[in-house]
Amino acid sequence: MSEESVIRQTGERAASSAVVAASGTIPRVLAIARNTFREAVRDRVLYNLVLFVLLLTGGAIFLGEMSASQEAKIIVDMGLSAILLFGAFIAIFVGVGLVYKEIERRTIYAIFAKPVGRGEFLVGKYLGLCLTLLVNVFVMGAGVSLALVYVRGGLDPLAWTIWPAVALILMELMILVAVALLFSSFSSPALSALCTFFIFVIGHFSADLKIFAASLGSDATRAFFVALYYLLPNLSNYAYINAAAHGQMPAPDVFLVALIYGVVYVAVLLAAATLIFNRRNFK
Amino acid sequence: MMSHAVEINNLTKDYEVGFWRKRKVRALDKLSLEVERGEIFGFLGANGAGKTTTIKLLMRLMYPTGGSATILGRDIGDISMHARIGYLPEHPYFYDYLTAREFLEYCAELFGYTRHERKRRAADMLSRVRLEEKSWNKQLRKFSKGMLQRVGLAQALVNDPEVVFLDEPMSGLDPIGRREVRDLIASLRETGTTVFLCSHILADIEVLCDRAAILQRGRLAHAGRLDELRQLGGERGMEITVVGANMPELEARLAGIEGSRLTASPGGARIEVPTEKQVDAALDAVRASGARLVSVHPVGNPLEELFVAKVEMNEGQEEKK
Repeated sequence: MSEESVIRQTGERAASSAVVAASGTIPRVLAIARNTFREAVRDRVLYNLVLFVLLLTGGAIFLGEMSASQEAKIIVDMGLSAILLFGAFIAIFVGVGLVYKEIERRTIYAIFAKPVGRGEFLVGKYLGLCLTLLVNVFVMGAGVSLALVYVRGGLDPLAWTIWPAVALILMELMILVAVALLFSSFSSPALSALCTFFIFVIGHFSADLKIFAASLGSDATRAFFVALYYLLPNLSNYAYINAAAHGQMPAPDVFLVALIYGVVYVAVLLAAATLIFNRRNFK
Repeated sequence: MMSHAVEINNLTKDYEVGFWRKRKVRALDKLSLEVERGEIFGFLGANGAGKTTTIKLLMRLMYPTGGSATILGRDIGDISMHARIGYLPEHPYFYDYLTAREFLEYCAELFGYTRHERKRRAADMLSRVRLEEKSWNKQLRKFSKGMLQRVGLAQALVNDPEVVFLDEPMSGLDPIGRREVRDLIASLRETGTTVFLCSHILADIEVLCDRAAILQRGRLAHAGRLDELRQLGGERGMEITVVGANMPELEARLAGIEGSRLTASPGGARIEVPTEKQVDAALDAVRASGARLVSVHPVGNPLEELFVAKVEMNEGQEEKK
């Protein structure tokens, strides 16, 4: 073909790619997040809700013997604990596979040949799983509220006072997903899942680490445990299940600090994961 | 002056192999190439020669150990340039939970097209790669390899790219599929799209490409216009197949053609002549002897001969070292 017509067609294309250039990071991240959510739904991740409902109904029938106020307490305790455990299970096992699966199956190749940055991809995958967890946690929380209304035979204040605790559980799960994503950006899924699980457990006792550090004699070991305390996520910030069962809500400032801490922690983890991911060669 | 579609300068890639005692293996050694705008450029090489490594470096899936490259005049590190290119990976595998239509709409979304435009482009591309309409709403997990290859081509072209990189686009296709893909690539020439076609199948390169490069163990063995490459491979012989021949008479008439060979085959005969120029004379002999013509074919493939010769030559040199 003649050079002239090549130039003309290139000019036409340049005009159409100007439209593309105008689109920014956020629409791409959202597109990836939506697709990740769609994947979770089609891979039947949300089927765990069925199990949750069975557990809740089974529990309510079994507890029928007790006095109504005790019953409500146990439903909250059991329900919120189940939300946390089911969520942690999804956050860890789906979380470590989020990026690994894409590399393993080479689906990532076609995506990175498009104007998609590696950081955008990571954040999109992250938000997609968070959206899945949001739906999961919300439906489960609603299930607990309904169960409370049922056993008390009418509106019980617990049906809404549990919601701040539910929101904190979601924030905790979001931290967990970020931890899983960070590990999986450089390690195998099995090892990442194990490490994330450990962090989930230790994170709940991290306040004890500080107390433990204070009781130590040697400066070096004390420094080590204090460093560990600051490095690991302080998940005891999000443990309001017991208080919620007693009808207590976290104070607004405590709640807000926990949310801000969570968002900052997640941002740091995602930045670290992006730095590692940016250096990777896909063989 | 307009920049080259692709310009590669001394591109080098080392891999580290081994877990404890790491050693380096050079997959690509100071490759330098230029691809003009609007041409179909063939990138040939045996398996493991470094073709896929080169494309992955260009697509920023890997980072080079040394050297540099530009696509459409922009450094390969500039991801925004990806809005103007397309890429079909080798052995493509896509999100199997999506339908073909959803996958293409998703790809279009990553380019930032509006919802309406995404739908239009997805449908356009799927019909362009001749994927049957009844499969458009089927999940990709139910697709055969050939169908996935078509979806792969569709996603590579969804943004109407100026340069498209195709890594083994014919693999996994049946003969009809191969021809359709071949026609599709040829049609890209009309729209001015530059095609960087990676293949180890010489026939495909020969039919489609303006220029080609031969890669051998990570090094550039040869690059040039296809007709030059063909000439390097030498003169090509022709084979004529006929039926109903009167063998003694045909043999007598062919005697005057230098280097011709006649072999009897069930129901007919096969005639070989060493050069294309002798075909006319041989055909006269066929008609005069009352035989019916079935086919005239080139014998062997000069490009293939060149390719094999290059490979053997380089291997000889390596051994001498």
